[in-house]
Amino acid sequence: MTTPVAQEQENYLTNSYGLKSWLLTKDHKRIALLYMATITLFFFIGGAFATLIRVELLTPQGDLVSSDIYNRLFTMHGIMMIFFFLIPSIPATLGNFLIPMMIGARDLAFPRINLLSWYLLVVGGLFALFAMLAGGVDTGWTFYTPYSTTYSNSWVIATALGIFVAGFSSILTGLNFIVTIHRMRAPGLTWFRLPLFVWAHYATSVIQVLGTPVLAVTILLVFSERVFHIGIFDPALGGDPVLFQHLFWFYSHPAVYIMILPAMGVISELISTFSRKPIFGYHFVAGSSMAIAVFGFLVWGHHLFVSTQSVYAGLVFSFLSYAVAIPSAIKVFNWTATLYKGSISFETPMLYAFGFIGLFTIGGLTGLFVASLGIDVHVTDTYFVVAHFHYIMVGGAIMAFLGGLHFWWPKITGRMYPEGWAKLSAGIVFLGFNGTFFPQFILGYLGMPRRYHVYPAEFQVLHVMSTLGASVLAVGYVMPMVYLVWSWKYGPLAGPNPYQATGLEWKTASPPPLHNFDHLPVVTHEAYDYSALTEEVTSVG
Amino acid sequence: MTQHIDSVKTYAVIWISLLILTGVTTAVAFVDLGPFSVIVALSIAVVKMMLVALFFMHLRHSGKVTQLAMAATVLWLGIMVAFTFADVATRGWMGVPGR
Amino acid sequence: MWVFLITEVMFFGGMFLAYIVYRAAYPDIFALASSSLNVYIGAANTAVLLCSSFTMVLGVRAAQLGQKKALAINIVLTLLLGFVFLGVKAFEWREKFIEHHVPGPSFHFEGVAMQGPAQLFFSLYFAMTGLHALHMVIGAGIMTWLLINAIRGRYSADYMTPVDIGGLYWHFVDIIWIFLFPLFYLIDRHLK
Repeated sequence: MTTPVAQEQENYLTNSYGLKSWLLTKDHKRIALLYMATITLFFFIGGAFATLIRVELLTPQGDLVSSDIYNRLFTMHGIMMIFFFLIPSIPATLGNFLIPMMIGARDLAFPRINLLSWYLLVVGGLFALFAMLAGGVDTGWTFYTPYSTTYSNSWVIATALGIFVAGFSSILTGLNFIVTIHRMRAPGLTWFRLPLFVWAHYATSVIQVLGTPVLAVTILLVFSERVFHIGIFDPALGGDPVLFQHLFWFYSHPAVYIMILPAMGVISELISTFSRKPIFGYHFVAGSSMAIAVFGFLVWGHHLFVSTQSVYAGLVFSFLSYAVAIPSAIKVFNWTATLYKGSISFETPMLYAFGFIGLFTIGGLTGLFVASLGIDVHVTDTYFVVAHFHYIMVGGAIMAFLGGLHFWWPKITGRMYPEGWAKLSAGIVFLGFNGTFFPQFILGYLGMPRRYHVYPAEFQVLHVMSTLGASVLAVGYVMPMVYLVWSWKYGPLAGPNPYQATGLEWKTASPPPLHNFDHLPVVTHEAYDYSALTEEVTSVG
Repeated sequence: MTQHIDSVKTYAVIWISLLILTGVTTAVAFVDLGPFSVIVALSIAVVKMMLVALFFMHLRHSGKVTQLAMAATVLWLGIMVAFTFADVATRGWMGVPGR
Repeated sequence: MWVFLITEVMFFGGMFLAYIVYRAAYPDIFALASSSLNVYIGAANTAVLLCSSFTMVLGVRAAQLGQKKALAINIVLTLLLGFVFLGVKAFEWREKFIEHHVPGPSFHFEGVAMQGPAQLFFSLYFAMTGLHALHMVIGAGIMTWLLINAIRGRYSADYMTPVDIGGLYWHFVDIIWIFLFPLFYLIDRHLK
């Protein structure tokens, strides 16, 4: 590859300046960066709550905060992290930035709706932040009725409205991606030549479009119940509180697939690039993304096993919950098979990918534990469940996000991050994560309930270990903030394709020009075709 | 987008059919059909929906993808209703887990 | 627009689910509450909306053929019929208010011991017809915007996409009402 020229070429960052050019941009790449800044802020707010939780849990007594405050802490932690960080994270940042480029398009199908989506997230987040500052919500992120509708004395409505607005952000992004992927692929780019990152986001978008509206209407009903006392979830008036749970989890279970599918898409790209091999079983991995999207809608009742849901329904949901694990397992097997006889290198993104595969597997397998009716009766509402979902969402989704962020950092900024520091923080994140959450499996199994801050003294050792791990994890998260920002100014220039990866996004400059490509590409070979890449390089010389 | 332009007559036929069906469903509601009342009412509603969707919304001229997407949407609604019903309707059957 | 309509189906669907669950739980009370709604007004309103769908599709057809005047006339008719529907709805709601059937502190439904389920029926009635009415209002806004552009000659046989998707939205809102009508107005009418 020729040495990268100093950035005299105009790119999407330099073509216009000033606040208005950012706040009124229609460029998907700039919108992706707007999202990046926003979700990072929300992440640190959610992280602040987590810190307070972990510090409180160092001692068995409720000495740092009162029970009421503690309820608000874990509620706000959950709400911030799920609705305002994880759901947007990969799709709105990496997805927004990369999907048009990966399909050879100049932008998304509806650039202004894309900008609107960002504003909706910001507005929703502001509502939620206002609610937090005014005193917060104490219902748990799950808002179970009738506590949230009748008895809670906290800012339920403001927070719920914030989530309602953010939900529309999610719906519009999904809509945008679906239309874009259907309609704007470059000539020659058939469905089965798409990078698996795109397949993953397509599946995610389908979930967003089908599921989020149900959350929206559920929030409306909670609002109506709280304000007008219509009685829909109030047993005294003939309502059914469990109906709320059905409606809520109909969205919120597929929501966890909204959080993990894009991460899996990232991992496919990382594994392939850093083993220099096409993904084994490409069609199966693409199909499994769609299967997860479909099956993910059929299992929500596993959150209601002990809610007085009928045993018959529980049986059906339990069975289906086992079935939904199969497509995920297919992905893990295929990624592993990709590694076999691959030419593996251990750059930072690959370290995160390895971390993902291990931790996601543990999280997924423990999901099977809780999917079984019998075991769930014992571990539900304990730290076992907490550990399970943090393994997937933090050990899985966040590691994939960091891996993807590092992988595409040179494309986004035109600079390389410092590899040494990056590897170090990847290691710290991995160690810190396990230190935080592995003890929680044991805690939960031994009976430590979730959402409690006063606990029997025998659990203290494990809690202290968990908090220590969390401190390490926090360091691991702050480090990339520092060196990535540093690298934007001082990092070495990266060329168009520093990792020799396949994919149309690597065929244009780093950072890309405003309209992504100087000449729209025509695709003639399959995805992950490394031999074709080598030919091109040698022919260009 | 290829234009299939239907005739005014086609639309008018559908329109009249819809009005007739509305009359039918209203009248039938006054007849005691036992448990079939709901089924009949919903069936007529479904037929009306199909007429509006296929003819007025031009779904019958739309691509396969759109048709599939709409069918899938209805299916999804069905899933949500059916599975929730599986809980609500069978609560008395086997008791509650854990007891 | 089709993708957006998918989200709308699921959005209304959540409320339909709540309706189904509670109707199955309290069939008799729901039937009684349903009979307090005026079925003839409901049916007439349904007819009004169906006519508006007819004029809407004629408008789309006019746009496809580049008939600018016919397009504008049909949009006006659609809009008028929409307003008729909303007016009738407002009248119905007012009736309910007078009869103390609006959920809240002054709710009272004659003839049942348990007020709760009856209130549930009316909560769902107001919530769902209210949400529907809100969509109608938005639809009226869309129609007005289309009308303004149609009068200005912005649409032709080559470019009528906004009319097309406006039509899709309008028909969708009509379909929602096609289901709302039997579910709220026609429960066991033979019992009365």
